[in-house]
Amino acid sequence: MTSNTAQSTSAEVNNGVNVEALIGAREALEAAPEAAQFKWRAACEWVNGTHSRSTVNGFFGLGEEQARGRTFTVEADHPEVFASEDHAATPVEIVLSGLASCLVAGVAAVAQHRGIQLRSVKATLEGDMDLQGILGIDDEVRNGFGAIRVNFDIDADASEDDIKALVAQSQKRSAVFDIVTNPTNVFVTVN
Amino acid sequence: MNDTTTVIIGAGQSGLAFSKQLADRSIDHVLIERGEVANAWRTERWDSLRLLTPNWQSRLPGYAYTGDDPDGYMDMPAVIRFLQGYAEVIGAPVQTGTTVTSVRRSDAGYIVSTDRGDWRCPTLVLANGACNLAKVPQVAEALPPSIASMTPMQYRNPDHLEDGGVMVVGASATGIQLAQEVRASGRPVMLSVGEHVRVPRLYRGRDIKWWMDITGVMDMPYTEVDNLNRARRVPSLQLVGTSERATLDLNALRADGIEIVGRLAGLRDGKAQFSGSLKNQCALADLKMNRLLDSIDEWVSDNGRDGEFEPPHRFEPTRVDAEPRLTKDLTDGSIKTVVWATGYRPDYSWLEVPVFDRKGRIRHDGGVVMDAPAMYVMGLPFLRRRKSSFIDGVGDDARDLADHLCAGLHKAAA
Repeated sequence: MTSNTAQSTSAEVNNGVNVEALIGAREALEAAPEAAQFKWRAACEWVNGTHSRSTVNGFFGLGEEQARGRTFTVEADHPEVFASEDHAATPVEIVLSGLASCLVAGVAAVAQHRGIQLRSVKATLEGDMDLQGILGIDDEVRNGFGAIRVNFDIDADASEDDIKALVAQSQKRSAVFDIVTNPTNVFVTVN
Repeated sequence: MNDTTTVIIGAGQSGLAFSKQLADRSIDHVLIERGEVANAWRTERWDSLRLLTPNWQSRLPGYAYTGDDPDGYMDMPAVIRFLQGYAEVIGAPVQTGTTVTSVRRSDAGYIVSTDRGDWRCPTLVLANGACNLAKVPQVAEALPPSIASMTPMQYRNPDHLEDGGVMVVGASATGIQLAQEVRASGRPVMLSVGEHVRVPRLYRGRDIKWWMDITGVMDMPYTEVDNLNRARRVPSLQLVGTSERATLDLNALRADGIEIVGRLAGLRDGKAQFSGSLKNQCALADLKMNRLLDSIDEWVSDNGRDGEFEPPHRFEPTRVDAEPRLTKDLTDGSIKTVVWATGYRPDYSWLEVPVFDRKGRIRHDGGVVMDAPAMYVMGLPFLRRRKSSFIDGVGDDARDLADHLCAGLHKAAA
């Protein structure tokens, strides 16, 4: 159909995304799908109580192990209303942050590809949770979010529909959006 | 062993259009057809199906619809008569009732083996169509054994279904039509919706196909598309051909009492799991439809023709439940049948020439098959133009490819 409208990459538009490199990567990985097989990793160590510290560095991709120059740390804890010490965000808030970051990055990439200059992008997220699930009070209540709402405020040189299309396309191509909206097999083992 | 210059496999619209082009160039050829002319239209379609394109758009080289209902949509008997008539008018050399069993390379071209003898040819055209087999997702393997599983190629009408609920998976033209028809038979219907392309049947008083034709959308060449692989995978438009020229979209199906759910993402322990992306799938489709309508309005204004048509307007956005269902227990007895309206693909199981990519698709450049000299493929989505897989599109493609074929023969002779 007419999805190609406004997709030209304009030289003046700079959202800090190298779209040419991304398109080059798409073409290269289409020709060599084995290089597209990635493995992402995280390690997590218990600190005390509900406080834990995850570290992230190496991943596998483009056919080989990839190492970063530094190791990133993500801490998690629970708030004081759960009788915890509130050292860091809760894991479910980190999930919301992951979804937000993925969608925001997607908006920037799609905007660059479509020649739309962004001035600001803000996403606010809210997830509903019925604690009767995780507390085992009611078996019919799931542990996870009942629903997640994402609201975007975007200031950009584009029409309202073009901005909505950025957000829609960002969801369509988002890894975390897929992770939270579709089932995934999770295998847990103990050494 | 028979000899000819070109063997065309398949005598549907693609094969016949190609035959006409070869005849015009005095190139000796034969069409091998497993059934009769228009075989797939005769044997592999449901009873109520009508073309999605209006009658005036059934145009083939040197042949067109001449009836008194140009804005109507042909039912299958009419399509068969139309193509049979074309075969007769052009005197297409069709060998009917002949099934290809293998195609192999030879020193001077290809050997086409059939259940009624072999053919040797320097040039070959694959015109067996894009919809030989129904695509069924792997998740279907986990369907509880108590549920009947059916493809649109097996479906004829609701009378053949068990009583009870039906889940239709897929919301392109096939899925929405079958969902509506099954619902009209009184059965509860659930429709699982992933990516889809929403369009109105009529806009500003004209058929959407008329707009897409006149504005040049259908003529867009494959060389000008931003992401061709993606364009070739775009699902069919949500359309139905009816005498009322009615629009069939998700809002209409909801109004019929069909439950709209997200893409079928998994089947686990007898439970169907639906994606939470339904709202976005509908938003994408609404936005895309509006971009098409914007481009139509723009074309009308640019050509100073606003006075000829009804004023521009927009359609109600797709309604989605506040909290669409995420699971359905398929063992609770409410659903008896699942219909997989999840697409079609060609069958090249007899093609013993290494021309495939890793997904089993033929590697070709606008219908010129790569890695196999003087082999052509016809009728695939966006083969050379957006209209390539439509009756209205095979004429231009056949002309281009027949030119290429002819040039190759002259080069070989020189």
